[in-house]
Amino acid sequence: MKEKLEQLRAELLSELGAAADAQSLENLRIKYLGKKGSITDLLKGMKSLSNEEKKTFGQLVNELKQQASENISKRSQELKELEIQKEIELMPQFDLTIPSKEKRGSYHPITLVSRECERIFTTMGFHVEDYPEVVTDYECFEAVNVPKDHPARDMQDTYYLENGELLKSQTSAAQNAILKKYRKQLIEDGMPIRAIFPGRCFRNEATDATHENTFFQMEGVMVDKNISISNLIYFMKTMLSEVFQREIKVRLRPGFFPFVEPGFELDISCLICGGETGCPSCNHSGWLELCPCGMIHPEVLKEGGIDPEEYTGFAFGLGLTRLAMMKYGIKDIRDLNSGSLKALSQFTDDK
Amino acid sequence: MFLSMNWIKDFVDLSGLDELSLINQFSLSTAEVENDIQFKGKDLSGIVVAEIKSVENHPESKKLHLLKADIGEEELVDVVCGAPNVRVGMKTAFAKVGAQIGEITIAPRPLAGFMSYGMCCSESEIGISDDHSGIMEITDDVALGTDLKEIYAIDDIVFEVDNKSLTNRPDLWSHYGIAREFAAIAKRPLKPLDFDDLSKYDALPKVDMKIEDELCQRYSCLQFENIKRNIAPVDMRIRLYYCGMRAINFLADMTNYLMLEMGQPMHAFDSRKVENIRIKRFDKEFKFKTLDGVERHIDTDTLMICNGDTPVAIAGIMGGLDSEIVEDTHTLTLESATFNATSIRKSTVRLSHRTDASMRYEKSLDPELTVPAIARFVYLLKKFDDQVTVVSSLTDDYAYHYPEITLSFDKAYVDRYTGIEIDDDTIISTLSRLGFKASHHDGEFEVKVPSWRSTKDVTIKADIIEEITRIYGYDNFEIHTASAPLFPTRPEPSKKDEDNIKDILVKKYALHELHSYVWNYVDEFKAIGIENIGEIKLKEASNPNIETIRKTMIPTQLAQLKTNIGFEDEFGIFEVGRVVSGLDENDLCVEHKMLGITLYQKTPFVRELYFKLKNIIEVLFDELKHETVSFREVQPEREYEHPINLNEILCGDVVIGKIGIVHPVVQKKIDKRASIVFAELDVEKFSSIENKSIQYNSPSKFPNIEIDLSFITSRFAPIKKAIENTACALIKNVEVVDIYEAENQSSIAVRITFSDPTRTLKREEVTEVTDAIVNDLAKDGILLKG
Repeated sequence: MKEKLEQLRAELLSELGAAADAQSLENLRIKYLGKKGSITDLLKGMKSLSNEEKKTFGQLVNELKQQASENISKRSQELKELEIQKEIELMPQFDLTIPSKEKRGSYHPITLVSRECERIFTTMGFHVEDYPEVVTDYECFEAVNVPKDHPARDMQDTYYLENGELLKSQTSAAQNAILKKYRKQLIEDGMPIRAIFPGRCFRNEATDATHENTFFQMEGVMVDKNISISNLIYFMKTMLSEVFQREIKVRLRPGFFPFVEPGFELDISCLICGGETGCPSCNHSGWLELCPCGMIHPEVLKEGGIDPEEYTGFAFGLGLTRLAMMKYGIKDIRDLNSGSLKALSQFTDDK
Repeated sequence: MFLSMNWIKDFVDLSGLDELSLINQFSLSTAEVENDIQFKGKDLSGIVVAEIKSVENHPESKKLHLLKADIGEEELVDVVCGAPNVRVGMKTAFAKVGAQIGEITIAPRPLAGFMSYGMCCSESEIGISDDHSGIMEITDDVALGTDLKEIYAIDDIVFEVDNKSLTNRPDLWSHYGIAREFAAIAKRPLKPLDFDDLSKYDALPKVDMKIEDELCQRYSCLQFENIKRNIAPVDMRIRLYYCGMRAINFLADMTNYLMLEMGQPMHAFDSRKVENIRIKRFDKEFKFKTLDGVERHIDTDTLMICNGDTPVAIAGIMGGLDSEIVEDTHTLTLESATFNATSIRKSTVRLSHRTDASMRYEKSLDPELTVPAIARFVYLLKKFDDQVTVVSSLTDDYAYHYPEITLSFDKAYVDRYTGIEIDDDTIISTLSRLGFKASHHDGEFEVKVPSWRSTKDVTIKADIIEEITRIYGYDNFEIHTASAPLFPTRPEPSKKDEDNIKDILVKKYALHELHSYVWNYVDEFKAIGIENIGEIKLKEASNPNIETIRKTMIPTQLAQLKTNIGFEDEFGIFEVGRVVSGLDENDLCVEHKMLGITLYQKTPFVRELYFKLKNIIEVLFDELKHETVSFREVQPEREYEHPINLNEILCGDVVIGKIGIVHPVVQKKIDKRASIVFAELDVEKFSSIENKSIQYNSPSKFPNIEIDLSFITSRFAPIKKAIENTACALIKNVEVVDIYEAENQSSIAVRITFSDPTRTLKREEVTEVTDAIVNDLAKDGILLKG
């Protein structure tokens, strides 16, 4: 019996080594450990043995049974690992230089720049307004203190329509409506008027690389008790530093615009040379003329139903088109309205 | 406008101050200075006065002469010179050996076989005029060898002020006005001008002159004769040249000089041609030749200076050729006048002729200036030509006086506006230096505005704030934030929806946002077969492509599509833009904010593209409003609309937009073999739809039952209707899982999902519903497949 046991052990070990897949391993298990398996048979054959012999031999067979079972599951584990290994080895190396085919849409660059500005102003408590493109003479000029005989009101500068209305030549055309919209909250609830208005403007101009008859501005107004020139400079500096994502210097020069008094031209330190040395992009002056601004003219406040003796405010007009050109290095203003996808599909997003 | 620092320094002592930083300060306090400041005479040295002692012809050259010149040294110098005007005894400007002219250093050099030790210079070579017809002729009595810079003000700093930044400041169109600003900036006194005393001539006869038109605000004139001088003094000519004017003759240069000095345009007539000066407009249009020889068309709105009924000058713009000073002119009439600014501006536009004079008049000149300008003119005239005699008394008609302006305000007003502390003394002294009469008592400031700032520029107290702060310097402002209570900010709904729509179209559907113009591009539209476009027109449009305002976004997008053919085989464009649909009952434009989407695909499979667009529309409504849309077939009304599959887009019963296929005629003009579909949505209507927001349903714990039914039909609508007819609350979802299209038999397979949140459904109750659907459809002849 004992010899048979040892023979079985030797056979099992050699067959285990030869089992190369899960199926042959399972067959092996059945051959030795199944109901009719060789080791099971050994146990069955013990009936004829004495009790003493049964005890010793039984122990040996059980040992063998356990060894067989362990060896089989060990071999099974080995085979699984081998299989994974094989699967890993079968994976081809990908060529990452192949360009992706996934299509991407694009925003108009004005949308990107406008959104960025809107985001900044919104965080500073400004409402974002929306306004039509066709406006009345009152909205565009009279309500913002542009005198009747001002050159801007001439036919050759503004697109008038046959019905007497016009295509707004400046986003200030929305100022009166903004003041009227929020005056009640200003006066009754003490809520300062803070609003920006991005919009398309039109001027009767021959177009070339730097002139367009259709362009975008962003108007901003803030009105409250005690709004001062000092506040205006602070806000402009803070906002513009945020827009350009760097600390910039601003300077104000007197500028004449009928809707503000005092009125300013605001320059920012050159984005290329930082204003220290001067470079070709700032025409060697160290400064870039960026936006007109000023304290809202008392007549404009009055026309909006706000008492200029009690309230003051500032307004500014950012050239969004100019900003987009500066930001993306667009040399020809006409690219923006060209409708050319070769040019404009590049602006996928810019958050 | 060019400005000479030498000239400014005639009126304000700037010694000890850095002129460049003053100019920079001027740019920050007053008006924009252009970048290229010129340093006149910088590259010029060693030019002396020389006298030509002998002139010999060059033996071989007809043009060259061999000269001997006395430059105040022991020996005469030999010079070879090609100027035509050399002659013995003339004094000229001479560049000695070692002299510097620009980048050239003068050295002895052989010229056509003879050594030349220096160079005789023209005025143009020295840079003091554009005259290069010959060498400079020096008539002043100066010692030979004197450096030219010692006798003439050649060294100067000249800067240019941007005219656009002076539109509201009539007083700054002159050196004296600019000097007043420098005086305020430098805190130095402004010197008064020297004048001739005109009252001396009060006994002389008056000029026959009369203003007959309200457009002339003031007309002052004076007559004189016996002007002997022909050429203006060198220094005067240099200043004129540095300031961008050409020297003409003494008298013309004098009027220009006065204009640049005091800002008052002046004109000298031959007195024989202006015996009865009348200022008026004419009832009829006529032709008039101005002194530049151009015949101009004068209309009935243009103010004219006349001799009786004969026009002699266009008021404020240019004199006439016939009344010009000529060789035998004996007596001159000097005009110094003020005209209505708007009238002058409009006349220059109509004549398309802008002059130095009209540029000043259109800024609203101070009428107080006319007489002092004459007094200054006479003073200078006599200084440079002592033979001149005044032969009339000052004749002055002052028809329109601007009101005097006095403004009062308190310190709190200044503090509130500035947000910083500027003390009383600074306020008073700043305003005084600028010519305001400012006083301060009991906390109140009272400020009288000077006449030269009263014509339109300073009218309210906020204007005074500007005067104080700009001289104080914005760079010197301490800056601080404003404090205000907190309130939430809410974007306009249509703005918010616009942003979200753009995000979905770009991010989810890879469409491209383009911008376009609001007018109809007639030429481009015609090229794709679209002619019928918008009736809202620009007034007096001159370009047919910039004439009518678009009614719809689609033609613009189709034109854009055409220019982008070849970009990719499949792409889509969109724009949120404005259109005008017509006029309302008040004759005002009805404007709409529209979303236009156009999809293009270089295949004939238009159905696929159409459904892609339909899907986009449905997703926009679902994502942003949690709403479903329906479609309703409509008749085409525009050339680009294909009559089949043109549908209105409805949300509830509100029409929000339209979806369709491009008409084959238009489509073929864009691209012969392609599919093009379009949709247009009214963004404001879209925004007015209330957002239903998400309705959450807890998922049923019990299993769903899904039933697939396939019907022999090509239309889903009856199936949808039959399902709705059951009004069965257990139906949770209906999905089209397959569409099979064939010529003989099409079929549509739907999957209906049943569920109940409270129990497990029985097979029989579901079958009951599906049987009802099948029977309902069978009545219409739509049978189950297989």
